[in-house]
Amino acid sequence: MGAHSGKAYATECGEPIHGILAEFATPAAVVHAAETVRDAGYARWDVHSPFPIHDMESSMGMARTKLPLAIGIVGLSGAGMGFLLQAWVSTQGYATMVQGKPFLAWQAFVPVTFELGILSAAFTALLGMLMLNGLPRWHHPLLKKERFLSVSDDRFFISVEASDPMFDPDKTRALLEKAGAKSIELVEE
Amino acid sequence: MSSFSPDELTARRLAGQAPGPSMPPAPGTGDGSLVDDPAVRAPLVLNNRSFHDITEIVCGYAENKPPRWWLPAFLFASSLAGFGGLMILYLVITGIGTWGLNNQVDWAWDITNFVFWIGIGHAGTLISAILCLFKQKWRTAVNRAAEAMTIFAVICAATFPGIHIGRQWMAWFLAPLPNANGIWPNFKSPLLWDVFAISTYGTVSFLFWYMGMIPDFATLRDRADRRLRQLGDSAARIAPFVPIRTDKARAVIYGLLAVGWRFSSRHWHRYEAAYLVLAGISTPLVLSVHSIVSMDFATSILPGWHTTIFPPYFVAGAIFGGFAMVLLLLIPCRVLYAHMKDLITLRHLENMAKILLVTGMMVGFAYSMEFFIAWFGGNAFEVDVFLNRAFGPYWWAYWTMISCNVISPQVFWIKAMRRSPLVIFIVSFFITIGMWFERFVIIVSSLHRAFLPGEWHMFHPTFVDIMIFVGSCGIFLTLFLLFLRFLPVFPIAEIKAVLPQASPHADDHKKGAH
Repeated sequence: MGAHSGKAYATECGEPIHGILAEFATPAAVVHAAETVRDAGYARWDVHSPFPIHDMESSMGMARTKLPLAIGIVGLSGAGMGFLLQAWVSTQGYATMVQGKPFLAWQAFVPVTFELGILSAAFTALLGMLMLNGLPRWHHPLLKKERFLSVSDDRFFISVEASDPMFDPDKTRALLEKAGAKSIELVEE
Repeated sequence: MSSFSPDELTARRLAGQAPGPSMPPAPGTGDGSLVDDPAVRAPLVLNNRSFHDITEIVCGYAENKPPRWWLPAFLFASSLAGFGGLMILYLVITGIGTWGLNNQVDWAWDITNFVFWIGIGHAGTLISAILCLFKQKWRTAVNRAAEAMTIFAVICAATFPGIHIGRQWMAWFLAPLPNANGIWPNFKSPLLWDVFAISTYGTVSFLFWYMGMIPDFATLRDRADRRLRQLGDSAARIAPFVPIRTDKARAVIYGLLAVGWRFSSRHWHRYEAAYLVLAGISTPLVLSVHSIVSMDFATSILPGWHTTIFPPYFVAGAIFGGFAMVLLLLIPCRVLYAHMKDLITLRHLENMAKILLVTGMMVGFAYSMEFFIAWFGGNAFEVDVFLNRAFGPYWWAYWTMISCNVISPQVFWIKAMRRSPLVIFIVSFFITIGMWFERFVIIVSSLHRAFLPGEWHMFHPTFVDIMIFVGSCGIFLTLFLLFLRFLPVFPIAEIKAVLPQASPHADDHKKGAH
C-alpha cells in the first residue's frame, strides 16, 4: 500500500488498520505528547486517561462542548411543558374550585414547573453526554488490545485514527516516538 | 516554613527522589491527615497510594470474596426487609386500621418514617452536588457511598406515601394520567408537589449516581476482561457445575453498564461538563425537595405546622440527619474493610463532624425560634401547642429530640471528640434517633390535640406500625450491603484525579520549575 494520506491501510495479514496506539507512563508525559500531536495538525486522534486530566482541553486544542446549551434549552422547555400541563389540567381538563383560588393560580404551579424542568435537564445531561460521545457502543477496536485495558488502571494513551488525513504509519509512529511514547502499536479494525 | 506538604512528598517519591511508602505520620496528626497548619495541605489519601493501588483497593471490594460477616449481615437485613414486606402485604389486604391511627391522629409513623428517610437522602446530594460546586476535594472519599445511601433512602421513603393512601391500588391517580373518569390531580395541593419533588429527586439522584459509576464500571469490566484473556478456560466458575465463568459474567454485566466507556479525553470533556451541570441543578433540587416536604405541613392552618420557618428548618435537619447516617454506615465499613482507612481518613470524619455541629445548631436555632414566634405571635393556640410539645403527654419525645439533636453534637466543640471515630459513631447514632423523633414530635404532637378538648387523642403504634418501620431499615441495609458487595464503593476515577501525582505538573518539582 502506498503511504498516501487519506488511504486505507492494512497489516501484513491483510487486516484493515484502525489506527495507532502509543502508551505513556505519567500525566505530564501524555500532556506534552498531546501538545506535540496537536501542533502537528492531526484531527482524528484522542488521549485516553484513567481520569480526566486537568486542562487537557487546551493541550488537545478541543472546542468547548455545546452540551450545557442543549441541557439549558431542554430544561427550560421541560419547565414550560410542565407549566402548560398544570395550566391545562386546572383550567380545561378538570377545572375544580379549590380554596376559592382562581383556576389559573400560577403561584401554586411553581414547584411542579421547577421539578419538571430539573428532570428534563438531568435526562438531557446524561443522555446528551452519551449521545455526543457516540455511546453506548460495546465494541471498539481499541478495547481489543490487551495493553489498552490498563487505561482504566494507571496508563495513559494517545490513539491516532487511520482515517485522519495526516495519518501515515511511519511518520505518525516517528512523531509519537519523538513525543516520548513508551510503546507503540498498530490497532487492527 | 521547613516542612514539606504531604502531596509534595508523594510527588517526590513517585519521581524516585524520596524513599518508599509508609513513612510514619508526623506526630500530632492522627493518621497523618489531621494537619493543623493551614500552609500544609492534608493528604486526601494516606500511605502514598499509586493509581494502581486505588484500582486494586476499590475493585477488590467488588471482586474478592466478601468478608465473613457479610453473608450473615445480609441474611439478617433481608429477613427484616422480607418481614416488613409481609407486614405491608397484611396492611394492603386488611386496611389502614391495622395501624394505630385514630380520628384525630391521622398521620403518625407513616409520615414520620417518610420524612425521616427522605431527609437522610439529602446528605448524599449535598456531598455529591454542593461540595462538588465548592470544589471540596475531600468529597471523593465519601460521595459514592453517600449517593448510594441517598437512593436507598428515597426508595424507603417512597414506600410510605405509597402505602398510607388506604387504597394502594389507586396510587396511580397521583400521576397526571388520562383516565376514563376524566379526573386529574389537583396541582394546587402541596401533597401533589411532593409527589413530583420526590420522584424527580429519586430519578435525578439515580442518574447522577449512575453517571459517576460509568468509568468505574469500565474499570471493573477491563479487569475481568484481562483475567479472562490470561486465564482462559481455567478461570473460576460462578458455581460448581454452572458453565458460566465469574469473570465472563462480570465482563458482560459491568460491560453493559459501562456503555463502552474507553476513557477518551474527548468523552471526559463532555462528561465533566455534564457532571458539573448535574451538580448545578441538583443543588437547587435538593433544597427544593425538603422545602416542598415541609410545605405538606406549612401550607396547612394547623398550629405547630403553619410557620414560614419550615423550609430552611427542614433542609438543615435533613442534611444533619443525612450526615449522621453517612457516618453511621461508613465508620464500621472503615474498620471492617481492608485499606478503607487510607481512603476515608480521620480528616474526612472530622469535616463531617463539623457539619454535624453546624447543622445541629441550625436545627437547635429553629426549635427555639418556633417557641419564640409562638409567644411573639400572640396566638393562644400556637402557644398552647408548643407548651404541649415540651410539657404535655409527649414531653419524652420532645426532650429525646432536644438531647439527641441539640445537646449531643455539642461534644464536637472539643477537637479530640470530633477526631475520634467511636465518639462520632455514638453521636451519629443519637442524632439518627433524634431526627426520627423530631418528625414524630412535629407530626403527632401537633395533631393529637385539636381546638376542642373532645377531639384530644393519644397515638399508640401497633405491631404493624413498628414492623413496617423496622422492615424499611431492613430494605435500606439490604440494598447498602449489596452495594458494598457488587458496585464500586469509591469513585475510582475521581480519587485518582485528586492524587498529587495526577497533576500534569507533578514532576515539575524536580526541575525546580513551577
